[in-house]
Amino acid sequence: MRALTLALALLAGPAAAVQPDEMLPDPALEARAREISAGLRCLVCRNESIDESNADLARDLRLLVRERLLAGDSDAEVVAFVVERYGEYVLLKPSATGANLLLWIAGPAMLAAALLAAALYVRRRRAAPEPEAAPLSEAEKARLEELLRG
Amino acid sequence: MIVELGHFALILAGAIAVVQMVVPFVGAQRGWAGWMAVAEPAAVAQFLFVGFAFAALTWAFVSSDFSLQLVTLNSHTAKPMLYKVTGVWGNHEGSLLLWVLILALFGAAAARFGGNLPPGLKARVLAVQAAVGVAFYGFILFTSNPFLRLEVPPMDGQDLNPLLQDPGLAFHPPFLYLGYVGLSMAFSFAVAALIEGRVDAAWGRWVRPWTLAAWLFLTVGIALGSWWAYYELGWGGFWFWDPVENASFMPWLIAAALLHSAIVVEKREALKAWTILLAILAFGFSLIGTFIVRSGVLTSVHAFANDPERGVFILLILAVFVGGALTLFAARAGALEARGVFSTVSRETGILANNVLLSVACFVVFVGTIWPLVAEMAFGRKLSVGPPFFDAAFTPFMVAIALILPVAAMLPWKRAALGRALAPLRGVLALAVAAGLLAWAVETGRSALGPAGVALGLWVVLGAAADLWGRTGRGPLAGRIARLGRLPRADWGKATAHAGLGVTIFAVAALTAWQVEDIRVAREGERFEVAGYGIELRAVREIEGPNYTATQAEFHVFRGGREVAALFPEKRIYPVARMPTTEAAIDNGLLRDVYLVIGDPQEGGGWAVRTYIKPFANWIWGGAIIMALGGLLSLSDRRYRVAAGARRADPVPVPAE
Repeated sequence: MRALTLALALLAGPAAAVQPDEMLPDPALEARAREISAGLRCLVCRNESIDESNADLARDLRLLVRERLLAGDSDAEVVAFVVERYGEYVLLKPSATGANLLLWIAGPAMLAAALLAAALYVRRRRAAPEPEAAPLSEAEKARLEELLRG
Repeated sequence: MIVELGHFALILAGAIAVVQMVVPFVGAQRGWAGWMAVAEPAAVAQFLFVGFAFAALTWAFVSSDFSLQLVTLNSHTAKPMLYKVTGVWGNHEGSLLLWVLILALFGAAAARFGGNLPPGLKARVLAVQAAVGVAFYGFILFTSNPFLRLEVPPMDGQDLNPLLQDPGLAFHPPFLYLGYVGLSMAFSFAVAALIEGRVDAAWGRWVRPWTLAAWLFLTVGIALGSWWAYYELGWGGFWFWDPVENASFMPWLIAAALLHSAIVVEKREALKAWTILLAILAFGFSLIGTFIVRSGVLTSVHAFANDPERGVFILLILAVFVGGALTLFAARAGALEARGVFSTVSRETGILANNVLLSVACFVVFVGTIWPLVAEMAFGRKLSVGPPFFDAAFTPFMVAIALILPVAAMLPWKRAALGRALAPLRGVLALAVAAGLLAWAVETGRSALGPAGVALGLWVVLGAAADLWGRTGRGPLAGRIARLGRLPRADWGKATAHAGLGVTIFAVAALTAWQVEDIRVAREGERFEVAGYGIELRAVREIEGPNYTATQAEFHVFRGGREVAALFPEKRIYPVARMPTTEAAIDNGLLRDVYLVIGDPQEGGGWAVRTYIKPFANWIWGGAIIMALGGLLSLSDRRYRVAAGARRADPVPVPAE
């Protein structure tokens, strides 16, 4: 099923992304470009970063990222530049601002709540009296009788 | 003719499901044995009729009957036979038919092998199972009928999506469905127990094998999908946190939690309400997964409008079943009284911690998956949630689970002394930390990820071994080794599954931390070095496949002057579907894969070539297979085969845990 969607996603062409002619000669700068690209979404693809995508738009963005890096931008500046142009939709890791705070604290908050509930449960079970064996049902009594006789 | 019979059989199966939903349920409520007894033959008959419908559709695909719309859209005479058969479920309608087939299969299995179930519970379980079936029969027949004919059949079909023409993917959906739908069994048991108002040790024991089976099928299904993505998509990624992937991962997480909490119900009669809730949620997430995939609502918000009818129908099924079950749960959960008493340090608490971590991890995945939708609808922000978020938000939970797993697995039930339980693990801990430090010392690049993966993986694997060894008791070595072979299969299953998780954790960390990538232009005859491997592009040629044409490159891989592999990556074009695909060539190794991809010809001559050295890649899926094997071992334990027990007065002694 996942395949169906992925397949659709790849209609644009499945070959892998970064082309040799795009790469920067300076390996350190190129590594930074790759890292930035992995966090930016290809706008016309389903769920791919521009680093993975083969779409033309992704290539344009990859070149843009490298251009900014060559111009001396810091990583954050490059990302800010791209976000300003294309909106926060390009960020694969959503910023922790405004309503997005909910997204980021949902996990930790839920964990805290779950741990609290679990701790309360354990406390109750610890303090509970040992259960007495439940009385046997009629059928069970009959079966016991049978076993004891046999 | 056969197709019409298949169509008719499907409608009949739907009608039988309606009977199976109503009659046994009324019988169980009123205590009429005759009405309850309808469930069993109905479940078997329903399965036989859906089976016939499925066979009829398969026949249409195999014989390329293009008067059927579905066959025309998804098949072609030139397609290899294997993919004609797998094409049956390589589309929406056919895969839904597979879904109901498996649903009916599980129902029939429960009817056939549930001989020990009390008649009332059995009737209710089968009635609930049939109710789920009725909803899906309605879905198929009214919105997604696979048996629609074309008035003017074309000469040939439009072919199956080439990406689906692959052995790894061919069997990915059936396994996933066995998992998704298997969880419907746990759901039916939970709802039946809520109606009865009774959950006890016997219930825990009955529900476990179904959950275990569903979980192990899901494990295999997810592993197959991930493996396919690895070799097919052309850059060797194995997990993308795609909504559709998350859709299968969420039920897996919940099923894993349920699997463990049902043990507490069975052995200690505690966590009852929670276990019921998990059973409802597990199937709920399966339905949510189906909804996500079928409606396309999450991959693109606007795709929803493309097929509103189907999406709405599934949403309706989801609302009725999960909403209904949760309402029932809210009304009845209070009556499910826990009996077992345990202290803060005990196996029960350990399993509780496992449950907290697994279910909150699932919650995180869920929130991340639906957040783009929520943000757009509620806050007007169009944004993405991608792998960087999930890596950051999900990984801590897996680390925590790996950390506590060996300890929790060895704690005795009821009351434990932490010091004594930890004693056998001291050596394991020392070894794991030492191995992590060694990896840190040897690696280049100094990332913390690799060494942490080594230490965690080893901790879990050796912890599982220590657990198994601890089960042999005390005394001379020979006696303990002899006892090792006589341990219940459930013990072996537990240790195996836990070790498999350790292997996967290690492999994911190792691959992520230590893979090497090289992108370059290579000319024919040229040789280059990547991470100690010499790679030579010998030739590039055009070749002709059965239903595609391809550009194929010939590479030779050398290591230390010796040739280790000849690899032939391809770029294919499927003319009927007008679609290109990349076929990476992989030299699989125990410790590393060499992964080669041929790209486009370059303007100045030569070809774009991508080389990846991927350490321990196969261990990721190997670990998953080991996990599934552990599940299988547990499932074959004799206590499930010998008398799945009457309530309470159980004649077979339960192996002491």
